[in-house]
Amino acid sequence: MAILIDETKSVIVQGITGREGSARTKLMLEYGTRVIGGCTPGRGGAQVHGLPVFDTVEEAVRNLGRVDVSVIFVPAPKVKEAAMEAIGAGIPLLALIADRVPLYDVLEICEVADEKGAKFVGPNTVGIISPGKAVLGMIGGSAEAARSWFRTGCVGIVSRSGGLSASTGYYISQTGLGVSTICHVGGDAVVGLTMPQVVEMFELDDQTELIVVIGEIGGLQEEQIADLVERGKIKKPILAYIGGRSAQTGTRYSHAGAIIEAGQGTWQSKVGRLRSAGVEVVEQIGEIPEKARKMLKAS
Amino acid sequence: MAKLHEYKAKQILARYGIEIPKGEVVYNAESAFNVAERLGGKCVIKAQIHSTSRASKGGIKFAKTAEEARKIASEILGSRIDNNLCEALLVEEKVEIEKEFYLGFIIDTVLKRPVLLFSEFGGSGIEDRAETTKRLVCSVRHEPTIEQIKTICSDEGVAAILQKLYRLAREYEARSAEINPLVLSGNRSFVALDCRISVDDYAVFRHEDLDIEVARELGHTPTRLEKLAWQVEKNDYRGTFYFVEIDDEFKPGIKIGFHGAGGGGSMASLDAAERNGLRPACYVDTSGNPPASKIYRAARIILSIKGIRGYFLSGSGVASQEQFILARGVLKAFLEERPKIPAVLRLGGNGEEVAKQIVENFGKFLPMPIEAYQKNHSADFCASRLRSLIEEANENSNFEELPAFSFEGKLYEFKTKTGRIIFNHSIFEKVDASYVVEACPVKILKKDEQGLPILAIDPADAERGKCIECLACEFASWEKGFGGVKVEFPIEGLEDGNSN
Repeated sequence: MAILIDETKSVIVQGITGREGSARTKLMLEYGTRVIGGCTPGRGGAQVHGLPVFDTVEEAVRNLGRVDVSVIFVPAPKVKEAAMEAIGAGIPLLALIADRVPLYDVLEICEVADEKGAKFVGPNTVGIISPGKAVLGMIGGSAEAARSWFRTGCVGIVSRSGGLSASTGYYISQTGLGVSTICHVGGDAVVGLTMPQVVEMFELDDQTELIVVIGEIGGLQEEQIADLVERGKIKKPILAYIGGRSAQTGTRYSHAGAIIEAGQGTWQSKVGRLRSAGVEVVEQIGEIPEKARKMLKAS
Repeated sequence: MAKLHEYKAKQILARYGIEIPKGEVVYNAESAFNVAERLGGKCVIKAQIHSTSRASKGGIKFAKTAEEARKIASEILGSRIDNNLCEALLVEEKVEIEKEFYLGFIIDTVLKRPVLLFSEFGGSGIEDRAETTKRLVCSVRHEPTIEQIKTICSDEGVAAILQKLYRLAREYEARSAEINPLVLSGNRSFVALDCRISVDDYAVFRHEDLDIEVARELGHTPTRLEKLAWQVEKNDYRGTFYFVEIDDEFKPGIKIGFHGAGGGGSMASLDAAERNGLRPACYVDTSGNPPASKIYRAARIILSIKGIRGYFLSGSGVASQEQFILARGVLKAFLEERPKIPAVLRLGGNGEEVAKQIVENFGKFLPMPIEAYQKNHSADFCASRLRSLIEEANENSNFEELPAFSFEGKLYEFKTKTGRIIFNHSIFEKVDASYVVEACPVKILKKDEQGLPILAIDPADAERGKCIECLACEFASWEKGFGGVKVEFPIEGLEDGNSN
């Protein structure tokens, strides 16, 4: 069944007339995502890849009927406004692609989304892909690459790194296994859907049999996953990798979330916590496919 | 987070009506003497550096007279504390302390809410403050009322200061803010004795008044190259360029320049480098589809780090972004600098075949070997290859000369977003411009009636960003063996002075 996105979900793109928005709309359409339109203020009436463009999300929803997802391709300083508009129009799931979105903008989106029962992935996400079904955002870079890299299967992947989301999906597919869904939650300190939330979704998904977690230093998302496992909330096997072993305290490693603060969120503490909860942790990313195969055989 | 110095943080507190000790920031011993004299001689001298153990490392000292203040200032200024060069001092009145409190404001990344913190036990060296600290979870949209704050702090006066702390943290988009200690002083008023504020890196553009030099949490005072790198990144939102110098001279391993592509992949590759006996002198990440101009500048800055013996580029291995853009950016830097160090570029993902071809075509113009690998080679394999190349040290003494560009003759030029492109029309009178025109992926070039390459669009549009700075035209001219195209992406300040 996969999680979050499949070929039945209807999708709009905010910022569809921009360079990135237009290019990634093409990718999504060609892969099989049901993209039905888009918006750019002041560009209503235009067409992009044969899709209608509206001035506002409100108008798009009025004309297109039910919209399940909005993928937001606007520059970082304008993400808050765009997200508020989508939430206001009643869209239940958003993907915020931009990097460098101010933290307080994200916090505001979080509060409003909670009040309205909306969810969002990102910011700073390359997106979500359910191989063979649909893609949100830009995983794969082109539909052709996404088709050749990822096979459909039973491994669910959740990651704080965009590049490692794609490479893990690729290496897993190369070993003959396949992927249910890859979800990149984004590398920021505060993100909408978190890795533990996505792990819970995989637990409920009938297609997923093994969950791969690509974590990194900073924050507490990996520790929360360990808590879920300890409390018996997750029964499916989890295989984890944590990046940033050689990181220094107090220095940020590209992702806004990848920083060790006040001794919290170190590589050692995360790996220790996961292992004591019974989660399998590999130390090199390259070990994942073989380990995944063994774990699936055993279960 | 961009950390503010204590004196700047205190200026903000004062603006929001929180009392701070009388004092001034100074940059030389003479001014320290003058300020101390105005304060009556007795004063405290505090090094303005980012260190959590400033006091125990000699960064905070007390003087009884202005003369003594001068002596202390001259000792601290120019010294290093925790590897931070001390260039400024805060000279303040000494405040009598009756009681010390801890006031804090943080963003709880699990709750995704701002949280106010209060403890009746302020000051440094309080081991178990966590147990005595009370928390008030707030909304980012509504300031907490005094009534709400009084649930964690019964004193009305302190509650009012907590409310001001929330207000200033919210308005300056602080990642964290703390007053420690807030002291109850002899005359019954509350004074903020020390204060730390960190501002969200991504919001720095909305707070120009803070005059933040480098909006990055580096863990140290920004180096010259870090400042240069931030200038490249600051106003260019096309992709991300992250640059940190790693000062680990005591660590074993061969010093190399490290260039990652994609945050997670970069971190994994950094770990792989260390596993293979390499010691990255920097952590660099170019990701999120940056233009070749940004990658080129990143590579130039990395190459200017002194003493590196190799260059390692490695990302996630299966990247969505087009790998030939990365290859062109790095190669252009190498072709210009011709450094005598080997390089291994792990270019896996979209466009990797083209990327590998570029590296293979241009390697012959370089004095040392450069190798390209693709998505089926691990970061560990590539790191070990670089190590072997460094150890083998095979210099190619008869490397070929790249066709040079000549500024003589008829020149045609236009500006791009961050640089300029020049065509030597005198050369194009002799060779066909089709290769260059057709190489442009965004089709902004054409041939004029004489067959010379010119812009097909308004030059102002090219400068606004229609030219995507991908270097395709310059590489096309090199591939054809003539130097009719010159692309210039200047890096202000890189040529002056030496690294560090």
